[in-house]
Amino acid sequence: MYPELGQIALILALLLAVLLSVVPLVGSVTGRDQLQAFARPLSAGLFVFVALAYGILTHAFMTDDFSVAYVANNSNSMLPWYYKLSAVWGGHEGSLLLWVLMLVGWILAVAVFSRRLPAVMVSQVLAVIGMVTVGFLLFTIITSNPFDRTLPNVPADGADLNPLLQDFGLIIHPPMLYMGYVGFSVAFAFAIAALINGKLDAAWARWSRPWTTVAWSFLTLGIALGSWWAYYELGWGGWWFWDPVENASLLPWLSGTALMHSLAVTEKRGVFKSWTVLLAIVTFALSLLGTFLVRSGVLTSVHAFASDPDRGTFLLALLAITIVSSLTLYAFRAPVVHVRSRYGSFSREIFLLLNNVLLVAATLLVLVGTLYPLVLDYLDMGRLSIGEPFFNLTFSPLGIAAGLLLGAGIFSRWKKTDGGWLGRKLLWPLAVSMVIAAAVIAGYGSFKPWAFAGIFAAVWVSVATFWDIWDKSGSRKGRLHGLRRQSRSYYGMVLGHLGMAIVMAGATVASNYGIERDVRMSPGDTASVGDYQVTFAEIGNRRGKNFTAEYGRFEVSDSNGQVVSTLYPEKRQYMVQRNTMTEAGIDAGLFRDVFVAIGERVSDDAWAIRMQYKPLVRWLWLGSLFMAAGGFLAISDRRYRIRAKVSEGQPSTAGQSGDNSRPDPAGAVS
Amino acid sequence: MHPIRKKRLTIVLFLLAGVSVAVGLTTYALRQNINLFYDPSQIAEGEAPVDVRIRAGGMVEEGSVRRDPESLRVEFKVTDFTSSVLMEYTGILPDLFAEGQGVVAMGRLDGQGRFVADQVLAKHDENYMSPEVNEALEKAAGKRAAMSGAESESAVSY
Repeated sequence: MYPELGQIALILALLLAVLLSVVPLVGSVTGRDQLQAFARPLSAGLFVFVALAYGILTHAFMTDDFSVAYVANNSNSMLPWYYKLSAVWGGHEGSLLLWVLMLVGWILAVAVFSRRLPAVMVSQVLAVIGMVTVGFLLFTIITSNPFDRTLPNVPADGADLNPLLQDFGLIIHPPMLYMGYVGFSVAFAFAIAALINGKLDAAWARWSRPWTTVAWSFLTLGIALGSWWAYYELGWGGWWFWDPVENASLLPWLSGTALMHSLAVTEKRGVFKSWTVLLAIVTFALSLLGTFLVRSGVLTSVHAFASDPDRGTFLLALLAITIVSSLTLYAFRAPVVHVRSRYGSFSREIFLLLNNVLLVAATLLVLVGTLYPLVLDYLDMGRLSIGEPFFNLTFSPLGIAAGLLLGAGIFSRWKKTDGGWLGRKLLWPLAVSMVIAAAVIAGYGSFKPWAFAGIFAAVWVSVATFWDIWDKSGSRKGRLHGLRRQSRSYYGMVLGHLGMAIVMAGATVASNYGIERDVRMSPGDTASVGDYQVTFAEIGNRRGKNFTAEYGRFEVSDSNGQVVSTLYPEKRQYMVQRNTMTEAGIDAGLFRDVFVAIGERVSDDAWAIRMQYKPLVRWLWLGSLFMAAGGFLAISDRRYRIRAKVSEGQPSTAGQSGDNSRPDPAGAVS
Repeated sequence: MHPIRKKRLTIVLFLLAGVSVAVGLTTYALRQNINLFYDPSQIAEGEAPVDVRIRAGGMVEEGSVRRDPESLRVEFKVTDFTSSVLMEYTGILPDLFAEGQGVVAMGRLDGQGRFVADQVLAKHDENYMSPEVNEALEKAAGKRAAMSGAESESAVSY
C-alpha cells in the first residue's frame, strides 16, 4: 500500500514541477504578478511530495518491506537500523531519489531565502530549477522507479547492502556530494534567469554568490569524505586514484572554484560577466556529466550499481538538452553585455583571471583524461586506460602554479597594482617561505624537486595569507580591534586559502615521503615501516552482527621501542553476499598515520600484510574541512543581508541596477 | 592600440597560452601513459609489445596459482580458454582474487612471454566481470566456434 502512495507522490511532484517550470516563467515574461505568485507555493508543494516519497521509501527500508524490489536488492533484515537508513541511497534508484530530494530542497531554500529579491528574478530562477527537476523526476519515474514491487514472489529476505557501503563514511558521503552537485543548479538557474532578462549586473552576481559558495562547500566536503572513505575502506591506503568517478566529482569542483572567483570579480568590479555566466553553465553541465558517468554504467567502478543502456541514453539526452539550450541562450543573449572597465597588469582582476585560466586548464585536463578512453572505446578504437601517472604529471604543475599565483594575488589590489611595489612587497614573504620550505624538506630527509615545489607553494600561500592579515589588521586602537574589523567573508577567504595550502602540503608530503610495504608475516614476526616497528602479535576470529571476521593484533612501537598503539585490522566475510572485505587498522595522528591491513593467507601460518607510514595524510581532509568552513563562514557575512535589505526597499533599481556597464558602486567601495 | 582592445588581446593571449600549455602537457603525458589492453590470445600471437606497460586480463586458470614459500611472490595463469599467459606478481592480491575469477593486471611482458604485473585488479562484486575480460572471453569463444565450424566443414567435404 505505502509504496504505491510513494509512486503517486512522485507523479504529483512531477506535475507540480511541470507547473513550476511554466507558470511563473510565463508570468515573468508577460508581467502578470498573479502567475509569478505561484512560484513559492508550487516550490513548497513540490518539496512536500518528494519528501513524502522519500519518507515512504525510508519507511519501506526500516520495516524490511522486501516486496519492494529496491529494498529487497539493497537491504537485509540483519542490517543495523542506521545502515537501513543509509541503504536508501545505497543503490541506483534510491540515490537518484535523494538527488531529487536535494534538488527540491534547494528550490525550497531559494523560495524561502529570496524574499528580498525582485519577483521576476525569483520566478525565473525557480522555474529554471523546476525544469531540471522535471528532467530528473521523469528519469526516476520512467527508468529507475524505486517503488517497483517484487510481487507475487516476495523474497524471504533481502540481498543485503553491499558491504563496502556499510560504513559511516558512506552514510554521509553521497548526501554531501549531491548537495554540492545539485547546489550548482541554483547558480545555473541564476545565470539562465539573468540571460533571459539580459540583466547581468553586479546585483545578479551578489545574489548568486552565496548559493555558489554553499554548493561548493558541500561538494568540497563530499569529495573529502569520499577520499577519506576510500583511504580506510577500500583503497589499501590510497586517498585518490584518479578513478573516473572521482574525476567526475572533481570536474564541477574545479570549474565551481573558478566560478566562485570570477563571481567575486563580477560582483566587485562588474567585469568578466559573460565569462562568469558561461562558467555557471559549464559547472552545472559538469555536475550533470558526473551524474551521467556514474549512473549510466559506462564506467566500471564501485559506484556503478547496474548497467542499463536506457538510463544512460536518458541522462545523455538530459545533458544534451541542458547544454544545447543554455548555450544557445548564451549565444543570443551574452553579447548584449558590454564592459567598460579598466584594470592594470598586476591588478587583482588579472590574478583572478589567471586563477581562472589555471582552473579551467585543470578542468579540461581531467575531462580529457576521463573521457578519452570512453570515447575511444565507444568508437571501437581499442580499450585503454589512463592511469595515475598521467594525472599526477599534468595536474601537479597546475596546482603548484595556482598556489604561487595565489600567494602573489593576495597582495594585489583591485584596478591597479604597481608592479614594482608588488615585487618589493613579495620579497620578504618569499624569503620566509623559502626558508620554511627548505627546513621542512630537510626534516623529511631527501630532497625531491617536486616535493620542494609543492611544499614551497603551500608554505607560500600560508605565509602570504598571514602576512596579509597582519597588514590589514593594523589599527590605532590595537591589533585585536583591527582583527575584529575584518569581515566574515574576508576570514572565509582566509580559511579557504589556508585549507588549500594544508591540502597541498598533505598531498605533497603523503605522496612523496609515504612508505608502503607488503610483507609476508606469521604471528610473532616484526617488520619495520618508517621509524616504526610493527609486531604481528596474534590472529583470531570474531563475529559481527552480519559478518564473521578474522582479525589480527598488531603492536606498533616507535624507534625507542615504546609501544604507541595496538591495531586490529580485520578480514570480514559478509554472510549474505559472501563478500570479503578488508578493514584496515590505522593509528591516526596529526603528523602521520601508521596503517596495517591483512591480505590473503599465503600459507598455513603466514599472511600477506600491508604496512604503510603516511606522513601528513590527515591534512588532506583537515584542509578540505578548512575550505568548506571558509565557504560557510563567508556566506554568513552581514553584507549579503544588508544589501538584500536595500534591494527590498527599491526592488526596481536593484533589479535593473543601471546600464550594466558600471560596476556596483557599493561593491567598489567595500 | 586602443586600451580596451589591448586588454582584450591580453586576455585572449592568456587564455590561448593556458589552453596550449594544457594541450601540450596533455598530449605529452597521454603519449607516455596510455595503457592498452591485450587478451591472452593476442599475447600468445605476439601482438603485444614487450617491455611496455600494458594491461592484460582474463580468467585465472584453475590450479595454476603457485606461491613462493619465502616471499609474497605468486605465479598464475590467465586464460581466455583459447590461450593463456603466465603472470608473476609480488604483493597483496585483491580480496576477490581466486581461481576461476576474472582479473585485469597492469604490467610488462618480459622477453619469455611472461607477464610481470605490478598491479592486479579483481572487482569488489563477485558477479562483476570486467568488460575487457568479458569481451576477450567472447572473442576467444567466437574464434573457437569459427574454427570448429571450419573443421566440421572440412569433414563434410571428405
